[in-house]
Amino acid sequence: MELWQSIPFACILLPLGSAAITSVLSKRWARYWTMFVLCCLVTLSAVFVVNMQGFSGSYTYMMGHYSAPWGNEIRAGLLEAVTALFFSVIMLLSLMGGMKKIDEHLLSDKQSLYYVMLLLLSAALMAQVYTNDLFTAYVFLEIMTLAACSLIAARNRGRTLVAATRYMIMNLLGSGMFLLGITLLYDLSGHLLMSNIKEAIAHIVTTGQYKMPLTVVIALMSIGLGIKSALFPFHTWVPDAYGYSTPTSSAVLSSLVSKGYIFMLIKIFHRVIGLDVIRSTGILDVLFVFALVGMIMGSVSAIRQNDVRRMIAFSSVAQIGYIFMGMGMGTQAGMAAAIFHIFAHGISKAMLFLSAGGLADASGNHKQFRHLRGSGFRSPIAGVAFTIGALSMVGFPFLSGFTSKLNFATAAMEMSDLSMLLVLLVLIVSTFLNTVYFLKTVITLYRKPLPGVHYPKEKGQRGFCFHAALVLFSVANISLGLFSQSVMDAISHGLAHFG
Amino acid sequence: MSFHNYEEMAAMILFGIGFTTLLLQKNLIKKIIGFSMMDAAIYLFLAAKGYIEGRRAPIVENGITQMEAYINPIPAGLVLTGIVVSVSVTAVMLALTVRLYRRYHTLDFDRICALVRKEEQ
Repeated sequence: MELWQSIPFACILLPLGSAAITSVLSKRWARYWTMFVLCCLVTLSAVFVVNMQGFSGSYTYMMGHYSAPWGNEIRAGLLEAVTALFFSVIMLLSLMGGMKKIDEHLLSDKQSLYYVMLLLLSAALMAQVYTNDLFTAYVFLEIMTLAACSLIAARNRGRTLVAATRYMIMNLLGSGMFLLGITLLYDLSGHLLMSNIKEAIAHIVTTGQYKMPLTVVIALMSIGLGIKSALFPFHTWVPDAYGYSTPTSSAVLSSLVSKGYIFMLIKIFHRVIGLDVIRSTGILDVLFVFALVGMIMGSVSAIRQNDVRRMIAFSSVAQIGYIFMGMGMGTQAGMAAAIFHIFAHGISKAMLFLSAGGLADASGNHKQFRHLRGSGFRSPIAGVAFTIGALSMVGFPFLSGFTSKLNFATAAMEMSDLSMLLVLLVLIVSTFLNTVYFLKTVITLYRKPLPGVHYPKEKGQRGFCFHAALVLFSVANISLGLFSQSVMDAISHGLAHFG
Repeated sequence: MSFHNYEEMAAMILFGIGFTTLLLQKNLIKKIIGFSMMDAAIYLFLAAKGYIEGRRAPIVENGITQMEAYINPIPAGLVLTGIVVSVSVTAVMLALTVRLYRRYHTLDFDRICALVRKEEQ
């Protein structure tokens, strides 16, 4: 075993350990320390991706020297490496972009605790990506839920408290179902390590036993994680949670937390149960239908909002629909398109939330569209960043969103006639609706401000960090669009060794 | 036809009760009780599944080391881990409830939502 192969373990342990240290630091040092740890995380993940590219397949990393059926394992391949890199980059940039707002929105003596939660969330996210043990996955799932809840409630307002409570209730229902699913699966298979469960399941399927319990397990896990990641009919907690928390929280929640759950579900489909078994139970069709309805309904709700952050939140519901649609296709191409969309949406949505925060600031802290008129001139970099994010969501060429839509359409070509028509139709309608509300917003940003209203000049600059984060996000978005082919290659190569 | 899986049945019924209480009750404290019941039901299920009639707890006694003498320790370990998780979740939920109660002086979640909406306008 070479040294670089320990990187996944370090990626989990480093934020977890530093979260404990951060809790006793003052707010300034907590911030520096968190930035430093997240930078380390990005560097480590980048080194890992580079090393992984020269390494074919995936490897398992034993924890505590207990061999397969007893020990706890980490398993890493190219797909996990790339996902971890994207997640850590988005985490770092979201923190950079929202740092000034954290100062403004949070009580001064509670800020270091916010950074603790952010680090715990990073650790949980990394553990989700790398773990090969189902129960470890559950524990870190709950850590992620608790950290995310604290991120929402950190801004002490009535609205955010209610949002956090609603978020917790929905998430607890989801985790309850997921835990029941794990318990039943453990009873069926007798294992907790993902690869061992898959062998046992393959055996069960060939003997034809336990058909019903297996279907129940798959349904419980899919719906449980669907609730947690805001799949369409279970999305009621989304607008408040994303719309009123501090911008970093919104960015992290929409781009990372929900994506972490989805990545877990993809892992379960591939590594725990096997795509063939999943396909034969028909649960994919249910997810597919939910996703298609969500793509339309999310966008329709987004059009009806007059608050820019709630609009972006509802757009997330539609985009989660895209991802589940890719998964629901049940083909390798659909799955790869879904994973690419996880990256594309993560990068664009975090940027949208951050830049919307900047634009609202330039308009006297108003988020309604009529106050946002002309804010693109008052805060130029935020305006340009919002435009790039919006165009990427709509699917403008050379941006990441365009490639994802292309991938989905290409993946749809492999399906039967009816589903293909359905997917293409919904894609067209959804893209049209996306265009309506995103372009409306962009046009609003560059219209003349309301007559007779003067917005206070901002006190000083919004800070170098905010602008740097937005520029880096834009660069990442454009390069993801331009070099989409190599990312797609990495994803399909990683997917082949994922199961 | 006779049933043997009484514990499992009880666990599933309790899970259902807990789930609906968490979902439908308006009172926040009752919601938390529902959540505790739901998780406890799963632990009952795990413990019932892990027990094998006639065997003993997995602690070596009197030098007996055959595997057949003891039950599987893993479900018990899972239950312990799960209890830790649900205790922390309950703590966070209670903390949120306290903060909401101090602000709005009610535990009815629907009323709190209505009050928040009024506060915004």
